[in-house]
Order: sequence, then structure tokens, then C-alpha cells
Amino acid sequence: MELINPIKVQQMIDRLKDQELYIHLEMTTGAYAAHLDSSKHPAATFITNALIQYSHGTIAGNGPYRVGLKMGQGWVYSEGLTHYEQNEAERLIMAGHDSQGKLIVALQLSKTPF
Amino acid sequence: MNTTNDKIVVILPHPDDEAFGLAGTLAKAVDNGAHVTYACLTLGEMGRNMGIPPFASRVTLPAIRKEELEASCRAIGIQDLRMLGYHDKTIEFEDQEKLAGRLASIIAELQPSLVITFYPGYSVHPDHDATGAAVIRAISEMPADARPVVHTMAFSANVAEDLGEPDIVANVTPYLRQKMASIQAHRSQFQAAELVGSKPLTDDEIISRFGTEHFWIYRFAE
Repeated sequence: MELINPIKVQQMIDRLKDQELYIHLEMTTGAYAAHLDSSKHPAATFITNALIQYSHGTIAGNGPYRVGLKMGQGWVYSEGLTHYEQNEAERLIMAGHDSQGKLIVALQLSKTPF
Repeated sequence: MNTTNDKIVVILPHPDDEAFGLAGTLAKAVDNGAHVTYACLTLGEMGRNMGIPPFASRVTLPAIRKEELEASCRAIGIQDLRMLGYHDKTIEFEDQEKLAGRLASIIAELQPSLVITFYPGYSVHPDHDATGAAVIRAISEMPADARPVVHTMAFSANVAEDLGEPDIVANVTPYLRQKMASIQAHRSQFQAAELVGSKPLTDDEIISRFGTEHFWIYRFAE
């Protein structure tokens, strides 16, 4: 994973629009959040290989980045993205890592299932 | 666990669950002639650690962790690794009867003298608790005189209060070479500062942090 290049990411967002895509969207504090610090509220959610289609998408911010994808009936939104996979030609693989390197958010789009 | 030629079945949900709490005990058992099967339910696909800086991604993590698991098993000397193909974080949502049945069939095939898993309810991660519960369910359904001994790991904050002190406190200092190799095999996972610190550990620190392993013997209601 490399630090996000927003120009490259925007190009991929544009390339993937107006077609059915499999999405992996995730946010997590980690299963050990409350075990390590009882004041923390552990929360995690993910959805894998749901089908979506968007007509317009944008990466915004100066890093960590936000991504919004406008769909026919709603939105996909993700904040806190820091890294992407620069070697992916057909898929958009993005994640946000905290200061300890742990994944905290992920947004992935692909024409084929993950 | 001190007798030779034991057959041990370890049932845990994630690659690396074997490393911190168990690797020394298993390395010692193998050294004493035991045959160890490790049934690992998932590939830890949803782990948050991706290496520092991140060299893994959600997409590549399963394959990376599979290789790490295989390397860890080689370091310990585990002879039989079985990856059961469940998905990280979902063990408690599987059909519990089917899951217990699958584990029961592994136990029936191997007829171990000892099974090692997590103590259900005291192992913090929902996958740990669900795996332990499925193992206990599978073994509970066996006739009492046919059941293997079950040793459990547990580390929730209330474990000593509820379960008392561990039944087994194993000094694994002579097997720290294998144990540290097992831990380090999980290289995407164990650079995390809260686990191994940001500086190389001294020998004394390694012994005090990793030299002892703790187990509670599961007591079945008849």
C-alpha cells in the first residue's frame, strides 16, 4: 500500500463509474479496543461483495481523504482514507491507517468479487 | 502434557492465536514426542494490522496470513495444520450445531488425549469465545469417559475473579527460541507497539513477557 495519490484515485473512480461493482466497505475500532482501554467503545462494521453502481464519484480533502460516490438512490461515503494500492489496474483498493499502522477504514471497488 | 506420544489437537480461530499463549507449550510437547494438529478456523482476514508501513491490504491479507501461519507452525514443529476456511469475525454467526459437528468430526478422526482452545466467555474476541464454545459443545456430546482433556487459554479482565488462578502455569523459557520464531513469523501482525514494543526486547524482557503460559482445565458438567 502507498500513500494516496488523489489524482490517481480520481482517475480510477472515474474509470469505474456507471457499471455494476462489488464493494467492500468497512470501519473498525478493533475487537480489542475495550479490552485495552475500558473507556473505548468497540465498534466495527463491514459489508463485502454487495453490488453497487455510481454515476459520479469524488475524492476530497488533503489527507486523510474522503470519498463520496453518488448512486441512483443514495450515497457511499468514507472518511479517513490514507493508503491505496497503486499496482491495481482494474480495482480501487483504499484504506485508512491510524498512527500505529492499524487499519481503521477500508473502501474497495471491483468488477469481480473480493 | 509431559508424557510422550501425546496426540494434541489445537482449535483456535486466527493465525497468531497460537503464538503468544501457546507456542512454547506446543514446542515443548513436540520435543517430547507429541503429535500436534492445529485446526485454525479462519485466515484472520479482518485483522487490522497490515505491517508497518502497511505491506498488506484487505485484498492480500488472507494469503499473507496463510503463509505466516504455515511459517509459525514450522517454527513450533506442528506436524498437521488444517485451515478450516471460515471467515474472520463470523464464527459466532455460523450455524453452531454444524460448527460443533465439524469440530467433533476432527476430534473423532484424531482421537487426541488433549485438546487446547479458548475458554468460552473469557477470551475477549468474539471469535475466540465462539470457537471455545463450539469445542466444548463438541466434546460435551462425547461420552464422559471418552473425552479428551481440555486445556483453555483465557485473558479477559475478569478471568481470575471468575475462574481462579490458572490450573497450569507452564515455564516455557527453554522453548523461547521456537516461540519467538512463531511470533515473528506473523510479521504483518506483530510489529504492533502494544504487543512487542517499539524497541528490540532484551533477553530478560522476553523471558518475563513470554516465558510463562497459562491454562485453565475445562471442567465439564457431567
